[in-house]
Amino acid sequence: MTAVTPVTLRRQVELTIDGQAVTAGEGATILEACRAAGIEVPTLCYLETLAPVNVCRVCVVEVEGSRALVPSCSRPVAAAMVVHTASERVRTSRRMVLELLASSVDLSTAGRDVHRWIEEHGARPERHGPAAPPAERDHAHAGHHEPPEAGLAATVAQAVKRDNDQYVRDYAKCILCYKCVEACGEEAQNTFAIAVAGRGFDARISTELDVALPDSACVYCGNCIGVCPTGALMFVSEHDLRARGEWDESRQEVTRTVCPYCGVGCNLDLHVQDNRIVKVTSPLDHDVTSGNLCVKGRFGFEFAQGGS
Amino acid sequence: MFGAGGGTSSYREIEETDLVVLWGSNAREAHPIFFHHLLEGLRRGAKMYVVDPRRSTSAQWADVWLGIDVGSDIALANALGREIIETGLVDTEFVRRATTGFEEYAASVEPFTLAEGERLTGVPASVIADLAHAYARADRAQLCWTLGITEHHTATDNVLALCNLALLTGHVGRFGSGLVPLRGQNNVQGGGDMGAIPNKLPGFQDVEDDAVRARFDAAWGATVPPRHGWHLSQMLEAIERGDLRALYVLGENPAQSEADDRHTVRLLEGLDHLVVQDIFLTKTAQLADVVLPAAVAAFECDGTVTSSERRVQRLRPALRPPEGALDDIEILSALARRLGPDWGRPSAEEVWDECRSLSPMHAGMRYDRLEALGGIQWPCPSEDHPGTMFLHSRLWEEDPEKRGQPAPFTPVTFEPPLDELTDELPIRLTTGRRLDSFNTGVQSGGYASPLRRPEALELSPEDMASLGVAEGEVVQVSSRRGSITVPVHLDRTLRPGLAFMTPHFPDQADTNVLTLDTWDPKSGTAEFKATAIRVDRLPGDSGAAPVPEKASEKAGVG
Amino acid sequence: MDLRTTEAPPSTAERVAVDSVLGPPESGWFGGGRTALDGHVAIGGLSLARSRRHLLLPVLHALQEQVGWISLAALGYLCTRLDLPPAEAYAVASAYALFSFEPEARVVVHVCDDVACQAASGGDPTEELAARFGPAGSGTTVTWRPSPCLGHCEHGSAALVQVAGERGGCGSLAPFTARDMERLVALGSDLELGDLTTPLALVPQAGTGPTRLLRRVGRVDPASIDAYRASGGYRALRRALELGPMGVIAELKESKLLGRGGAAFPTGAKWEAVARNPLRPHYFVANADESEPGTFKDRVLLDHDPYALVEALTVAGVTTGAEKGFVYLRGEYPTAAARLEHAAAEARARGLLGDDVMGSGLRFDLEVRRGAGAYIAGEETALFNSIEGRRPEPRNKPPYPVDRGLFDKPTGVNNVETLLSTLEVLTLGGAAYAELGTPSSTGTRLFCLSGRVERPGLYEVAMGTTLGALLDLGGGVAGGRPLEAVILGGAAGSFVGPEDLGLPLSFEGAREAGATLGSGVVVVLDDTVDPGAVVARVARFFRDESCGQCVPCRVGTQRQEEVLGRLAADRPLGSLEAELALLADLDAVMRDASICGLGQTASSLVTSAVRRGLLGGEHGNGHAGSGGGGNGHGGGGSARQGR
Repeated sequence: MTAVTPVTLRRQVELTIDGQAVTAGEGATILEACRAAGIEVPTLCYLETLAPVNVCRVCVVEVEGSRALVPSCSRPVAAAMVVHTASERVRTSRRMVLELLASSVDLSTAGRDVHRWIEEHGARPERHGPAAPPAERDHAHAGHHEPPEAGLAATVAQAVKRDNDQYVRDYAKCILCYKCVEACGEEAQNTFAIAVAGRGFDARISTELDVALPDSACVYCGNCIGVCPTGALMFVSEHDLRARGEWDESRQEVTRTVCPYCGVGCNLDLHVQDNRIVKVTSPLDHDVTSGNLCVKGRFGFEFAQGGS
Repeated sequence: MFGAGGGTSSYREIEETDLVVLWGSNAREAHPIFFHHLLEGLRRGAKMYVVDPRRSTSAQWADVWLGIDVGSDIALANALGREIIETGLVDTEFVRRATTGFEEYAASVEPFTLAEGERLTGVPASVIADLAHAYARADRAQLCWTLGITEHHTATDNVLALCNLALLTGHVGRFGSGLVPLRGQNNVQGGGDMGAIPNKLPGFQDVEDDAVRARFDAAWGATVPPRHGWHLSQMLEAIERGDLRALYVLGENPAQSEADDRHTVRLLEGLDHLVVQDIFLTKTAQLADVVLPAAVAAFECDGTVTSSERRVQRLRPALRPPEGALDDIEILSALARRLGPDWGRPSAEEVWDECRSLSPMHAGMRYDRLEALGGIQWPCPSEDHPGTMFLHSRLWEEDPEKRGQPAPFTPVTFEPPLDELTDELPIRLTTGRRLDSFNTGVQSGGYASPLRRPEALELSPEDMASLGVAEGEVVQVSSRRGSITVPVHLDRTLRPGLAFMTPHFPDQADTNVLTLDTWDPKSGTAEFKATAIRVDRLPGDSGAAPVPEKASEKAGVG
Repeated sequence: MDLRTTEAPPSTAERVAVDSVLGPPESGWFGGGRTALDGHVAIGGLSLARSRRHLLLPVLHALQEQVGWISLAALGYLCTRLDLPPAEAYAVASAYALFSFEPEARVVVHVCDDVACQAASGGDPTEELAARFGPAGSGTTVTWRPSPCLGHCEHGSAALVQVAGERGGCGSLAPFTARDMERLVALGSDLELGDLTTPLALVPQAGTGPTRLLRRVGRVDPASIDAYRASGGYRALRRALELGPMGVIAELKESKLLGRGGAAFPTGAKWEAVARNPLRPHYFVANADESEPGTFKDRVLLDHDPYALVEALTVAGVTTGAEKGFVYLRGEYPTAAARLEHAAAEARARGLLGDDVMGSGLRFDLEVRRGAGAYIAGEETALFNSIEGRRPEPRNKPPYPVDRGLFDKPTGVNNVETLLSTLEVLTLGGAAYAELGTPSSTGTRLFCLSGRVERPGLYEVAMGTTLGALLDLGGGVAGGRPLEAVILGGAAGSFVGPEDLGLPLSFEGAREAGATLGSGVVVVLDDTVDPGAVVARVARFFRDESCGQCVPCRVGTQRQEEVLGRLAADRPLGSLEAELALLADLDAVMRDASICGLGQTASSLVTSAVRRGLLGGEHGNGHAGSGGGGNGHGGGGSARQGR
């Protein structure tokens, strides 16, 4: 939104998506081309402000001539490309990705779209068996695991981590989309308090050796929470309101204003319920913050509602 | 700079520059989202030099950190300038076409050899030379600073010394090259832009300019006094002299934020009448005869603020203010009504539209445009103007007509900090912000920050050892103004002889009891950054445990 | 960077271990003592930090070897030294099986229980160990732990022994029996690396036939560059320098040499793409991270003919314009590592590596980097990440390595067999090489014969030789028992049966049969081997080795193992048909939607077993049932439980 933005001229590329002739700028991704053409492609690990990591694979599409399906979020369009977003292969893989996630992760606070996609694709997580009980997952040694208990489906269920006044980490809800790691790391905050540790089904978001957040490099900018798609990371304010059954988005209003602290001019979106700020986010589409804030902007609003 | 008071560049430019010089700024903690943009620049390959007495969290990202002695900024800047001239790295064409006063400047920096620079700043000569060469050779360079430059008795000269470097190398007026003062509060820039400074009317129009004043007089139906006013430090002196007897304070907390604050409190107590308009009953408000409860601007009011990149953005009310608290416009209008003129109850947009009609650099910033564009950077002279990404591009025009007034070099002299170090007061205390806190804590004290720890005197491991104090031990810290007691905290980013505190917890540790209120005559800023102190163990405390050995430096604080 | 590391200081041993790789600290800001100068200047920054990150894996190795585990304090110190966030360092370290994060027994014996050793032993090779020495992980000075394939398949049993200490490291024992374990336990804290003897390579063809890639193995001193040169070494490099880059590429193209790594990409085209890429610098990488269960050819070649790889990588470097090469070697191959390092040092001393290779004025040198127990690091882009000190996760392709590979620069990468084959192309000439093998699969190919075969070992045959002929070379099924099935290509390959003995071992021959040559694995199963148990082991392998990045592979390999567990226990969820349908769906999503080849092939052996009726169905029910109920292989006995 910078007022004076040098315009980069891009060549146009013509391709076919689901039988429809589509034109897209060179360098655009298939996903962008699909969205421009009004074709819905589900995404989980994709976010406009982050470089695509293409790990969830729910956005895969079929590109003629390509052996495997390709992630639409990261593959650039090419001239004369022929793309299918709803072929049997695509639908099978999408259904299975959703099914695998739903069978292993608590998606109860994931967005509505996720549940719609699960239904639309006919994913049946229950066919993987009853869920295994919660387990300790933070010290799994790479290359070794307990064999699955016969008949039970392993999940990422585990105890909620609450080790500070502002964040709740409920990794039973984590789909390992890497967004929090990217936001904490190179894509925004560059604090690198968390990363993906371990591997395979034991891969997990972790600080170094799973030390508590207050012992980690975390600076509580909340940018990880800002990008979490499933509610695995949540502000204490939201978490506690939900726990009390008082969280009600239909009663919330979102107002955009400017942070009352330093002179950078970060835009805040204040989520207000019953004249109280219950959450602070920042617009993804504003150049100053690209959705990111610091600890003061994110949490420093209590003074305005009797916190001082 | 060179006229209007605002940073020349946009945040986006620091992402696309080749060299960043961060001088007297710990933006990593004081301006975290600006630092995101800076980090993007580093990721794209920009080099960074950080000039700061502490190896702050920002400095830890630097390719080269120059740990200068507190208050030696002008010595360093002049040594850089001399080295640039000496090695033939001056942008001679820019200097010839777009500047004046080069010869005088060159003469003024002549004594600042590299060796002299090293002697005055503590930074090795080779490192000074390295920065001089890197800055002069960079195709694009951004020179950024904050209070580390301005909270000195030589504040304005410090800034001018940096501007001289930009002029010498042509690092101003081009995309990616500029001078970037980072603003400490969300509307410091806007306040100045709106004329809340002693010598300007809105839009940096000089109050002593008759033509300008005539337009304001006409619009306001009143006469604007044709004289410069006082800035805060001058006001405090006027109170002391008895020339100023009544004070109306809006949203400031001078009883705690001013250097040598006990002195300030005494002055405020001696006033005939003190009115304080604030959202809290601050220490200052507690001294007031009348307190006007105000709504929180950022959350409860309509209006605009202006950021460090000159971007005017909308504030919108999200919360209903508590019973009795009113929007600033309402308070001011009500006050005006009782003093005579009835302004009615204008909306924020109506006030803004009046401002646009009087301040040419804001003329194009209709509310709906601010909305649509996510804010607009001044100058924006007309409603079809997109705003201005960077200032002073005119200096690069080939046509002298378009180039306009050249930018002057301003020779500045080096004066060390006033609060001298002596055997009795051997430690230099400097101040700054921590990431999770803000100024005197009026706003930031209200939330539960997991990073927060009590205020402490931060000392180098060497000083802790030689003083025989242990982590957490409460000590007495004394300056020429006063003493406080405060716990000690080990900080490995400090060198021996350098201590650090913040002003965030005045009720627990009133740092500004120690600081010197001598201010820069040009800007009115007090010398918060350079206090001579001594540290004494409290009587009755037996021998302290030795400082624990630790291999890795502790960062993330300080 | 503004790091935050633990307050706890490292121990002296930890400091020494880290400094043994990095040298002494540069300044007080990066782990050294504070000086007066440090108070006024610090040299650091992102580019310096980036330039050091590739040292992470070597430093982690040093800590594991010298201290035996990686503590928070050690992590803090190494991160201060490398200017690297501790969470990132832990993320990387915890992706490898050979690193520990809690105090360990001084001696850790990793015992192979993978398919080849399982087939050879006719059961779970760790059962006896568990019975005699307690379950995995027990023992305070010496402990044992089950391990995926260690690359000694021809011996039928193997162990990798990690010994922690000042002169720590690891060594291999193969074959490995309970008696060997007894000896290790008896030595206990006195055990030194020198007590471990280097296993021999079994190359039954040696001296019996016209081998090419194997001709020096077992015959020429692997520690003497003169012996190497006396047996034809460095003729290919001479030839390459005479021909020049485009000449070499022309020979390679004419030879029609295809990569032996699995993708069968034309080698000449790959080298040309790197050579012509205008971005600089270029890199060339030898992928010696062979970890495919049943594969041991790189071990044999590098233990016994290390100069050949040094020469071949030099040829690749001078041809593609790379001045720096890397050999990425399996962490489980300590002998190969030592011999390669020695070979490179001698080559350097003789001017065959360095600033003026063979007097040509061209510059090339190489570094040996060791993996640390991660199959996925053999995937070429995961391998680049591993060298760079990042998590060994595959990158999305495109961009391909020839455009953006190691350190984001144009990179050539070939496996060892391919690189050694280029030496043959240069000495024979491209046209003559193309005469070998079949018209579209030229040259010779190495096969790793193991399991229930009379003479297991590494064999070299012309492309197109039939499977039957290869088995005959190996003396047929051990003890003359009936052949049940052959695992062809590895864990990512497929089953073929007795009816497939006429299958020509060529790229096209395998393709036509719906199989793959993969890494040249041929594990022979007779009627005493339970294919259900083999498949279950493979499923466990992929579950353990998935990097966890993408959903299809991360969760799919878990679910696949669960289904096989239920089938082995004869407790299908719903019906057998439902379970088979589930396997088919898992196969579809892993094959179609995984990021890399690991996920895309993690179901291929399972699917092949289902197709052949080895699991479930009318044929398979008996196997699966007996596997689970009778022999106790299916569900995983206590001996499997790592920790």
